[in-house]
Amino acid sequence: MSKREYLRKKREQMIEEKGIIYLDNVSKTYSSGSPALNGVTLSIMRGEFVFIVGDSGSGKSTLIKLLLRELTASGGSVYVMGNDLAKLRHRKIPRFRRNLGVVFQDFRLLKDRNVYENVAFAQRIVETPTKEIRRNVPAILATVGLAGKYKAKTTQLSGGEQQRVALARALVNNPSILLADEPTGNLDPKNSWEIMKLLEEINEGGTTVVVVTHNREIVNAMHKRVITMKKGVIVNDEEEGEYIDED
Amino acid sequence: MKISTFLYTIRQGVSNIFRNKWYSLASVATISACLFLFGLFYAIVANFQHIVTTAEKAVSVTVFFHDEMDFCESHTEGQIPSDERIAQIGQMIGARSEVAEVKYYDDDEIWATFGPDYFGEDYAVGFSENPLAGENNYEVFLSDVSKQDALVTWLQSIPEVRKVNYSTVTASTLSGVNLLIAYVSMGIIVILLAVSIFLISNTVAIGISVRKEEINIMKYIGATDFFVRAPFVIEGMLIGLIGAGVPLLFVYFGYNYVLGYVVESFSILSGFLAFLPVETIFEFLTPASLLVGVGIGFLGSISTVRKHLHV
Repeated sequence: MSKREYLRKKREQMIEEKGIIYLDNVSKTYSSGSPALNGVTLSIMRGEFVFIVGDSGSGKSTLIKLLLRELTASGGSVYVMGNDLAKLRHRKIPRFRRNLGVVFQDFRLLKDRNVYENVAFAQRIVETPTKEIRRNVPAILATVGLAGKYKAKTTQLSGGEQQRVALARALVNNPSILLADEPTGNLDPKNSWEIMKLLEEINEGGTTVVVVTHNREIVNAMHKRVITMKKGVIVNDEEEGEYIDED
Repeated sequence: MKISTFLYTIRQGVSNIFRNKWYSLASVATISACLFLFGLFYAIVANFQHIVTTAEKAVSVTVFFHDEMDFCESHTEGQIPSDERIAQIGQMIGARSEVAEVKYYDDDEIWATFGPDYFGEDYAVGFSENPLAGENNYEVFLSDVSKQDALVTWLQSIPEVRKVNYSTVTASTLSGVNLLIAYVSMGIIVILLAVSIFLISNTVAIGISVRKEEINIMKYIGATDFFVRAPFVIEGMLIGLIGAGVPLLFVYFGYNYVLGYVVESFSILSGFLAFLPVETIFEFLTPASLLVGVGIGFLGSISTVRKHLHV
């Protein structure tokens, strides 16, 4: 068995046993000295839909940054898709992130490019042949309901439409995990619900979805697993849970 | 990396110039302004140096030999050189590194030239013999006037040499002016380049900082450092290339125009001031400007993008 094959099997075993996302007693302290996470242990299995909720400063954003390997933990271990992120070398990070789809509250689209180019850009990065890009991008735009708007500049789109483009970009490379950081934070209730429906559909297709949100109404209505954080620790973790106000 | 990816990064680099046209324009203008000043200053300095060097080349040392007619106190028998010895000394002078050219003047030839100039066509009347007999000499032109003293000392040490005519003041003045121009121009060029590099790097840095978010997005969706950096580097190099090309055109046509104007309006100057042709100026200026422009674009973009890559 080649080394590559051995490592792949080891990762698969890790995912099966501990989950596609596994945090073991993770702490994160910023250089200012303030602790953002304190002894967090968490396991998310393949194909789950999980809400992470909590007030500002509860550690939700730090958690997302750790999962994206934007930050490294001060203590404990973070495993994503079987990879120990503390041991992941800088040059390996891009390849690791290609298996993660990520959606932000502020959409983070390339403003000087149109809808098609924004989505195609994600495929360019993974060196997908142009022929395939021409096939994949319209298909994913159709999935998020933007088939007719591929030529539009992103600045001409509504907030809901921009978030759909971001979603299409996150999904076009078929990621194993979709991380959504306040995906409905800038949207009206109607668009928020549409985005959540899309996320649910994506999850039904087998993608693990982790949504960080403040939106109590959506969390309580969707009956998914809810992890509640407060001051850097997990205070509640419940299947088909609700957004509980800890105060 | 696939060829299609490589071509894509090049296309993106070119597209970026048009996408960020105001930033591109500002960068090109900054680079052009700096390199225009650099080119202008270089053209002026190169001409100054050329004028001084031309003047230096006209400085000569004249070497006279002992003969039967001379009454020098130091003169002893046997120091009168034969024609062969004079020719041999001429070869020795010509072989020295500081010597550019050696011309021999025979005393009869000198009289044949000098006589009519001084006494008219009937110059020979009243002179039964050549009054300049024994004045045959070598006129030695130097490639480097600062070495005149060393040459004169060596010439004076040759026993057959009666006299060496030279001007210390001319040589030292020209040598001093040349050195001064070299030091001042070098200093100003270094300052100009440093200011250019600072201004251009800042322009590139500001342009890229504005697009920090774009770099972040690329990194979040899994772009490698190369994929992020390459379009910026190509963009920086192209901006540098255009920024260097524009002032070269201005200096080229401006120089030719000014040179034509000076030569035409001040024809009296052309007798003693020799200006360099534009081609000679551009032999150095073209590669130097392009190297500085493209080099700064390359290094500026690489160093600035690197700051934003750690996402």
